[in-house]
Amino acid sequence: MAERSGVTGPSVVSKYVLRVVVLAYLLFLLVLPVVLIGWKTFQHGLGPFFDALTTHEALHAFQVTFIVALWAVALNTVFGVGTAILLVRHRFPGKRILNAVIDLPLAVSPVVVGLALILVYGRFSSFGGWLEDHGIKIIFSTPGMVLATVFVALPLVVRAVVPVLEEMGDEQEQAAQTLGAGRWQTFRRITVPGIRSALAYGIVLCLARALGEYGAVAVVSGRLVGQTQTLTLYVEERFQNFEQPAAFAAATALALIAIVSLLVIKLLQRKAD
Amino acid sequence: MTSKILETDSTGLGTPPGPVRPVARRRPPGAPTALGLGSAMIFLSLIVLIPLAAVLWKSAEHGPGFFWKSVTTPDAWAALKLTVVASIIVALINLVMGTLIAWVLVRDSFPGKAVLDTLIDLPFALPTIVAGLVLLELYGADSPLGINLAYTRVGVAVALLFVTLPFVVRTVQPVLLELDRDMEQAAASLGAGNWTIFRRIILPNLLPAMVSGTALAFTRSIAEFGSTVLISGNLPFKTQVAAVQIFGQIENDNTASAAAVSTALLVVAFVVLVTLDLVQRWGSRRG
Repeated sequence: MAERSGVTGPSVVSKYVLRVVVLAYLLFLLVLPVVLIGWKTFQHGLGPFFDALTTHEALHAFQVTFIVALWAVALNTVFGVGTAILLVRHRFPGKRILNAVIDLPLAVSPVVVGLALILVYGRFSSFGGWLEDHGIKIIFSTPGMVLATVFVALPLVVRAVVPVLEEMGDEQEQAAQTLGAGRWQTFRRITVPGIRSALAYGIVLCLARALGEYGAVAVVSGRLVGQTQTLTLYVEERFQNFEQPAAFAAATALALIAIVSLLVIKLLQRKAD
Repeated sequence: MTSKILETDSTGLGTPPGPVRPVARRRPPGAPTALGLGSAMIFLSLIVLIPLAAVLWKSAEHGPGFFWKSVTTPDAWAALKLTVVASIIVALINLVMGTLIAWVLVRDSFPGKAVLDTLIDLPFALPTIVAGLVLLELYGADSPLGINLAYTRVGVAVALLFVTLPFVVRTVQPVLLELDRDMEQAAASLGAGNWTIFRRIILPNLLPAMVSGTALAFTRSIAEFGSTVLISGNLPFKTQVAAVQIFGQIENDNTASAAAVSTALLVVAFVVLVTLDLVQRWGSRRG
């Protein structure tokens, strides 16, 4: 950004006051916490960090986290792309309602998400009871955690893809079809390359959210140590049991994942521009 | 936009006028749309709509009397009140600080600005439980700064400020970037002071973005769970926010009152979002 010219800009004093206020606020709210967690984890070197992350429980938590996240991302990607195409390329009654419902998960507390899923799929509900009688366990098990994660991350892929689809227009898709390309071929050869960056951006957002989800998963997983414990649940459990090094190592691992996703997102955004 | 959709529909997408195509693809126009729409609706219903409806149903099942009683038990009421009041304060701090941060990021320049700009999104990417843990470490009993906010309402507010930081910044920043500087220069050349320029030219342009960012921060704040769990210490009547209170009720198999408090939260969020939508429509009609 160019500096403001002396005639129109605020006085130099107010400029520096604003800068100092903003930097101080961000220092105490954002920068110090990030520095502190890194320092806490690595103050005794890399060895203890890796030791803490390679215990049986920690490795299991990693495994559960990745299984749940991959399922959730896969489901949200298919749903997200499909719904984005519906919203942009098609006209149907109730479109505005669908558009509004997509954003609903952003306004719902993660705990309420968990409660909602328990009320429908829990053992004591009629549907959940019926499923359990047929050997399908959802709550306190992986499927329930996938459902919860899909719920909280639902709008991310749709909202990443919709603007790009709108901007792209459908001339190329129509041209391809005029030349005899099938629906799937058009999608694969024209639509997907067009939305590639936006889709990648949406998927990374969704993955970061899925790996870091805590509240909804805490409710539906039953927090069974060594069974349904994800990394975020592991952080909380270790901390409450006064095993700070283990909690901090896992928290740092999650923070590193978050920072890497953030950088990838920025890169994809710049590419899209 | 609308014409494009009409175009797509009139060609039907499913029946391109090509040469010989496999029979399977020759569906009547609209059939694949219906199939896709149906799948999307089933997916949405199974995961979002039916479960949320179940929460509303559960809270209404035993009549309005039961709902009211569940919401006004001393601990539930205290939790709801704390949640709403803290979220209003947090939203207002965000309104001011978020706008200032956006301003500095757009109009000021200093070394490290790009890094700071990237860092603003960190609260969205960082798992909430990690945020809570780190804030408790920084502002807890062992605080290296000597500031102990653990198990206090201020601590809860700090956690909420952390997780809601990006909302106002990220809604105001793009508007500020697009803002035409000619208007400000014209006003200055006509003798307007900085404050007048800000109040009469910049503020009216930023206001819609500021309001929507603040509303989003508020709805996020009343729903927040993970970041407040550790720093609040979960003390009923003092630091227990609604989401944590609901969590406790679920753990105690008290799903009916958990559903009642959840419904109260959903209603507050819904009212705020609908009001925001109305205000925005009113604003765009006026503009």
